[in-house]
Amino acid sequence: MKNKSIKYSIILPLVGLISAVMISCERGFSDDVELATFPTNGDIFIDDPVGLTDEFFTSFDPATGANTNGFGTDNNEVYEGSASIRIDVPAPNDPNGGYIGGIFKDRGEGRDLSGYDALTFWAKASTSAIIEVGFGSDFIEDKYAVGFGNLELSTAWKKYIIPIPDPTKLVQERGLFLFSAGTQSTNGASYSFWIDELRFESLGTLGQPRPRILGGQDQTAQANIDTSVPLIGLTYTANLPDGQDITVSARPSYFDFETSNPFVASVDDLGIVTVDGPGQGGDNTAIITASIGGVEAEGSLTIEAVDIDVISIFSDVFANVPVDNYNGFYEPFQTTLGGAVEENGNNIIDYTMLNFVAIEFYGRDGSGVEPIDATDMTHLHIEFRVNENVDAADYINMELHNNFTLPNGILGSYQISGTELLSNEWVEFDIPLSSFNGLTARDALGMMLFVTDNNIANLSIDNIYFYAEN
Amino acid sequence: MKTKILKNKLKSILICTVFGIGFMVLVSNCNPDETQNVTNFNTISMQDEFDVDGAPNPAMWTYDIGTGNNGWGNNELQYYTDRPENVVVEDGMLKITAIQEDFEGSGYTSARLLTQGLFEQKYGRFEARMKLPYGKGMWPAFWLLGANIDEISWPFCGEIDVMENGGSKPTIVSGAVHGPGYSAGNAIVKEYEFTDSRVDSEFHIYGIEWGPNYINYYVDDVLYNQITPEDVTGDWVFNNGPFFMIINLAVGGVFDGNPNENTVFPQTMYVDYVRVYSAN
Repeated sequence: MKNKSIKYSIILPLVGLISAVMISCERGFSDDVELATFPTNGDIFIDDPVGLTDEFFTSFDPATGANTNGFGTDNNEVYEGSASIRIDVPAPNDPNGGYIGGIFKDRGEGRDLSGYDALTFWAKASTSAIIEVGFGSDFIEDKYAVGFGNLELSTAWKKYIIPIPDPTKLVQERGLFLFSAGTQSTNGASYSFWIDELRFESLGTLGQPRPRILGGQDQTAQANIDTSVPLIGLTYTANLPDGQDITVSARPSYFDFETSNPFVASVDDLGIVTVDGPGQGGDNTAIITASIGGVEAEGSLTIEAVDIDVISIFSDVFANVPVDNYNGFYEPFQTTLGGAVEENGNNIIDYTMLNFVAIEFYGRDGSGVEPIDATDMTHLHIEFRVNENVDAADYINMELHNNFTLPNGILGSYQISGTELLSNEWVEFDIPLSSFNGLTARDALGMMLFVTDNNIANLSIDNIYFYAEN
Repeated sequence: MKTKILKNKLKSILICTVFGIGFMVLVSNCNPDETQNVTNFNTISMQDEFDVDGAPNPAMWTYDIGTGNNGWGNNELQYYTDRPENVVVEDGMLKITAIQEDFEGSGYTSARLLTQGLFEQKYGRFEARMKLPYGKGMWPAFWLLGANIDEISWPFCGEIDVMENGGSKPTIVSGAVHGPGYSAGNAIVKEYEFTDSRVDSEFHIYGIEWGPNYINYYVDDVLYNQITPEDVTGDWVFNNGPFFMIINLAVGGVFDGNPNENTVFPQTMYVDYVRVYSAN
């Protein structure tokens, strides 16, 4: 101890002396030196483009149907000053392209926007219409892209505010504005809209930051070691000065991700979760969470490291095999509607008016989809959520068909009773394939049938996969 | 006006000392109207810094409990309690929390604190530093009632609303007076709008300076309204006697409407301090 304190007491003054000497030796910056910070100008278009590329507007690829003709400025229709941006949205059958959109890029190396909290502009349209806007897209990395797909334009000038999820990230941003407009909201009728006073601003009137991952849901998944799964459903909600919430999509780079158990899973800057190992002490789960600017995001992914062989029919975690459909629509006897949908950043299958429904994967109508050889699989994993009240007498009769539509076809059945299901909550099942009565072969599974006879009319299904534990 | 705004800032001896010279220069440059009423409220007469964890100091605060008549006359939805879930002092703050729960027949609980019978004062500066909840249906308020309310009833006792906010308007607060002939929907009221801040993201000081024939309304160091007998459409009942303070967080009712599906619960109103000054 004594030695230590002596050592430090000698070193510290020495360090001070050295640094003092060094400082006194160092020359100051000359006037020619440019520090590695970037312009902080927030203006994008006031009456002219401000510091944008010569093209001003960089269109989406015309090969995707983007129309490059409808972009210009207007000296008559302005909110303030002498000019506005005018965009003519083409009809879907326009030979020059059926929609219009693109980005505005900084002409230099990018701008330091960390002093602002929002992109703002005034806009109006020749008719009520919905367009998409955003920023952070430079058509190179799009690292800090933010998008809002539901901007409702009216025929009167109105100020719009798009929040920056975490301004401290935007120290060198080239992608200053993005828009994309079609005629989906106007029944195919072309229209014009105008944008004026487009800039980044420091408002101070935004509040209640609410980042979300996975649509704000707490999800669970099993995954094999050395496999990866991307976190999706990344959004950021802020409360605007008028008390209304706005929710924008936000790229993973705005988020700080965290794993609760590095022995099981890690997560990188892009929100890719990788299962690294089986865990220690029997704990094979890791909880992945995120935050923006210190504000904890709603939603989490609890990932369980497993060692299984998987043939996945429908899952966000495993690579899915091709299928013919998630609803075979057997008319006229089938009433069931629905199929695969995205629900708050989670892909699920959602059925309504369910009497029976099939997921088909046998190559219907010459589709080329191959039947599944599940001979080496031992279990079917499947998750159900009954979107109505469940009675004990309710049931889901499942069938697996081998060599479906062929003369030697067989089927195995398995019943899930209402007592095993919950109303409006997911329930996981791991069903031994040997429990499917009558399924004497499973080398060419081609169809999975769900029969409820309308006892359960509203049913969601997720994470359907065959597996075998190694 | 300038002297009043400055005088408002000059609360502590320290600040007075530092800025004393500047203050005197400004005063000497100012030629106030002969009829202007200027009173300095420099003497602390009541303060609660909410530094002791637990229930609020019972020597300073009492509670309204329940739902009153017709939701405290305003169709408010909450049941007021004094439970720690709804009112507690911690982290150097008074926290009044509105909770969505079934309680005694109401769908929400919250709290309403009063100094009635414990601290009442005529004239002075009344201020609270607060951060407010947000969301439609939130109705936080800091206000004063005439201490003679039980004898002559409302609105004859007078009511001074230092600050009210509707949770659907996070940049707007208002101050008002109610009295005979100018109560409820006919109150004398003025809004203040934050242009670069919000009520729910930052603490702000909401205060009045109340003297003979005037009430001045402040947000932080901005004087945004003065109400005098000329402004009210009835008798001026604010020279008659002492008033007591109320701090509450109502849910629903006539001010901001009822909560909707976007209103997030629970919501908390944070009070850093309440300070009352009287004239020298």
